[in-house]
Amino acid sequence: MRRWLAPLLALCALPLLSGARDPILVPEVSQHEVDLQQGFTGTELLLFGAILTPEGSRAAQDYDIVVVLKGPTQSIVLREKQKVAGIWLNAASTELRSAPSYYAIASTRPIADIVDDKTAAIYELGLKWLQLSPIGAINPAEQARFAAGLVDLNRHNGLYREEEGGVKVSEQVLYQARIGLPSRVPTGTYTAETFAISKGRVVASASSHVEVRKLGVELAIAHFSQDYGFAYGLLAVFVSVGMGWLAGRLFALV
Amino acid sequence: MDVYLPIANLSVNGLIIVALGAITGLLSGIFGVGGGFLTTPLMIFYGIPPTVAAASAASQVTGASVSGVFAHSRRGGVDYQMGSVMVAGGILGTGIGAILFNLLEKLGQIDTVINILYVLLLGSIGGLMAKESIQAIRAERSGVPIAARKRRHHPMVASLPMRWRFYRSGLYISPLAPLLLGMGTGILTMLMGIGGGFILVPAMLYILGMSANVVVGTSLWQILFTTMATTMMHALTTHAIDIVLASLLLFGSVTGAQIGAMFSQKANPVKLRLLLAAIVLLVAARMALGLGYRPDEIYTMAPL
Repeated sequence: MRRWLAPLLALCALPLLSGARDPILVPEVSQHEVDLQQGFTGTELLLFGAILTPEGSRAAQDYDIVVVLKGPTQSIVLREKQKVAGIWLNAASTELRSAPSYYAIASTRPIADIVDDKTAAIYELGLKWLQLSPIGAINPAEQARFAAGLVDLNRHNGLYREEEGGVKVSEQVLYQARIGLPSRVPTGTYTAETFAISKGRVVASASSHVEVRKLGVELAIAHFSQDYGFAYGLLAVFVSVGMGWLAGRLFALV
Repeated sequence: MDVYLPIANLSVNGLIIVALGAITGLLSGIFGVGGGFLTTPLMIFYGIPPTVAAASAASQVTGASVSGVFAHSRRGGVDYQMGSVMVAGGILGTGIGAILFNLLEKLGQIDTVINILYVLLLGSIGGLMAKESIQAIRAERSGVPIAARKRRHHPMVASLPMRWRFYRSGLYISPLAPLLLGMGTGILTMLMGIGGGFILVPAMLYILGMSANVVVGTSLWQILFTTMATTMMHALTTHAIDIVLASLLLFGSVTGAQIGAMFSQKANPVKLRLLLAAIVLLVAARMALGLGYRPDEIYTMAPL
């Protein structure tokens, strides 16, 4: 009897055991709406949360935490300048179907120390592993060159960020990361994903959303210029002639 | 003072933009040129997307030329007949410019073309102006006046068919010449965000042979309406005019233009021309260097 009971007991205990091992993440973002309007010069989001056991107590184990904030993807054409006849001009280009408009990653340790390349590629952990979906067939070397170029360009703009050591975990339960948004941040729905990693394996993940949007006058102006081009143009002409005329009048009094 | 630009999608220091407008306004007041040739490159240098910079600069030139047109027309310095022919050409030119703009943007060569145009135009016009003003200063010092140039239009203008009489300009020439001239500057206005005054004035003097007292007023008249048409064209095609940016620029430039105009009445015109030539050549040299040096960013992206 004991002979068949032991494996059965083990089978019953398995979900319990693994359940005890895999934590759950409770993520939160300091603000779910970022409003682009007068006075906005960029902001900093605090991505934080708790690492808990399924029972709800503290995990009491060291996990590596990776936080990724990603903006909506867009189809772009990426151009490369080369020196042709003494002049730098756009000489090569590639089309990418899913370039993230914004991408920031923060982790407790360097990504390469936490997971292997395969896992990093699957979960898109790191600027190296962005899935850009190039259109048409181009060779891998060229593809890698363009991908590196895109990352470089957006790093300068502050739209792609990588902060190794940017996540702080306190008392094995609370994690937090600060991620900066520059003023030129594009609008859309952003996803904030948190991964808990143990021994190179992603053991838990959770996500939440951040809405980056224009509001009020800024939104009205953006809509006005897109949808009512003629009226918008007339307004611009009216403003420029009006201001020129007014200045002439005022200075005539001086 | 941080200002968020809703079309350019970024925040800038408003005072810097106003100051930028004021500098170009001063230039336009002193020299009678629109100053667009300085605004657009400086805005791009500051980090504003090139399309937004070019589109918004045109309205600044409109504002700066308004009071000039009033002043010149009061004194009878505008040939409305000639001006209207040129405006018609200018509007045609903005249409052609819009098509070119679109085409070059698709090819990804708009920036290079704009830069090369700047270098060629500013370099040659600046060189000409410098040469002339140095000659004038020498003549002033030695006391030997330069032999007055015989006012005559270019032989190519004379060969055009269908002549009209332009009384105020003192010309009997084909309207096709000013029409083509207006069209050319219209294309440049659309592409480069400049008014084109520094090209128009010498062209009206030396190619058309207009009498000098109506040249500046008529060129301002043409610039006023062509930049208005450009603003409309951008509003309808590129949707890239940032009205917040344009208002800040305008505020600076209309004020600067008035101050510049007061200043210009006291200064020596020959030395002023030499100064303008130096500024123009400096911008051209900077642009030329930009073409040859390895740029900071090799890669650029545009929405598909």
